[in-house]
Amino acid sequence: MTSILLAIVIGAAFGAVLDRIGATNPNWIGGMLTLRRLHLMKTILLAIGTGSIMMFGGQMLGLVDVGHMSVKAAYVGVFIGGLMLGAGWAASGYCPGTGVCAAASGRKDALFFIAGGLLGAAAYMATYPAWKASGLLDDFAGGKVTLGSVPGASYDGLMAMSGDLLGIVLGAVFVLVAFVLPDSLVGERQSVEVPAE
Amino acid sequence: MVLNWKLGGLLLGLVFFAAVLLVKPIGVSTQFVILNGVVADMVSPDFITKTDEAYTSTNAYMAKSGGKYAGNAANPLNYSFVFVLAMALGAFLSARLRGGIDAAERAAPEIWRANFGDTPVARYAVAFLGGFIVLYGARLAGGCTSGHMMSGMMQTALSGYIFAAGAFAAAIPTAMLMYKKG
Repeated sequence: MTSILLAIVIGAAFGAVLDRIGATNPNWIGGMLTLRRLHLMKTILLAIGTGSIMMFGGQMLGLVDVGHMSVKAAYVGVFIGGLMLGAGWAASGYCPGTGVCAAASGRKDALFFIAGGLLGAAAYMATYPAWKASGLLDDFAGGKVTLGSVPGASYDGLMAMSGDLLGIVLGAVFVLVAFVLPDSLVGERQSVEVPAE
Repeated sequence: MVLNWKLGGLLLGLVFFAAVLLVKPIGVSTQFVILNGVVADMVSPDFITKTDEAYTSTNAYMAKSGGKYAGNAANPLNYSFVFVLAMALGAFLSARLRGGIDAAERAAPEIWRANFGDTPVARYAVAFLGGFIVLYGARLAGGCTSGHMMSGMMQTALSGYIFAAGAFAAAIPTAMLMYKKG
């Protein structure tokens, strides 16, 4: 029951924040991915950085349970799947979480995104044995690994250095990049101001 | 109205931190599989079956890892599935509180209309195809923007960096080719 309550509170907060930062708005996604408006990129980089610093800092202070980490495996399919997701994300302006949020906020095209998504997930369920047999789902570089070795974690480190310190340093790098990244990387654009909504 | 990136980024970072502090890192795309499993099991009750101490499925993907997905589809009132429903509710309330989205924008976003005119049906087709590729790719990769990119890179997971490299390598040229205006 507690876990359901936490799901409701954290889930609702996540959806509300995604709505307020523009992540559920294809105009903002398009601006970011065409490098014309990097505001959302700065938001995301700052979020990864601050999340990382708080998580690893909390672990070092003993306030955050290292056992709550959940590291996914590395395999060739991660890159291939990333390419596919990237293409679809750019074309539609939605990823799985933001597509659901966009539909909930009233965008009709996002309902088509969800329908396509359910069919795509079903297609993967049907074709999974072929991927499995291809070897492209086999772990490489140790599979479920973090870049450094996190004390107390059940995951190996790619490098022997202290994983929690590295996490804080990389978190600081994400924050720094968020600050130094310009508002746009592409010269002057035809000025179509993105409406408030 | 979109939040300033400093405030927005801090709030988003806090949500990701709260998730890993209290439960586990955020992820979304698996729940598309779980919903498919729930529906498939309603249409064909043999799709998911209970074994001695767990669940399994006639579908190899649902049955993998000791039937973890099959079990979640058999009991959809679990943390991860409710999380996604709550996420939709949070976005709905947030959008309502800031006055909602206007009718033109609801049919097709401004950036689409700037490039392709008033063609909602074409937009729906692209959104549908986009959704198909996004979820197929996310399941192949084992996660999406939330699970791999945000939660993964936050935990310094190697897989998160590999995923982000692939996603942006495809997303940036695709966006630049498709959306020259707006």
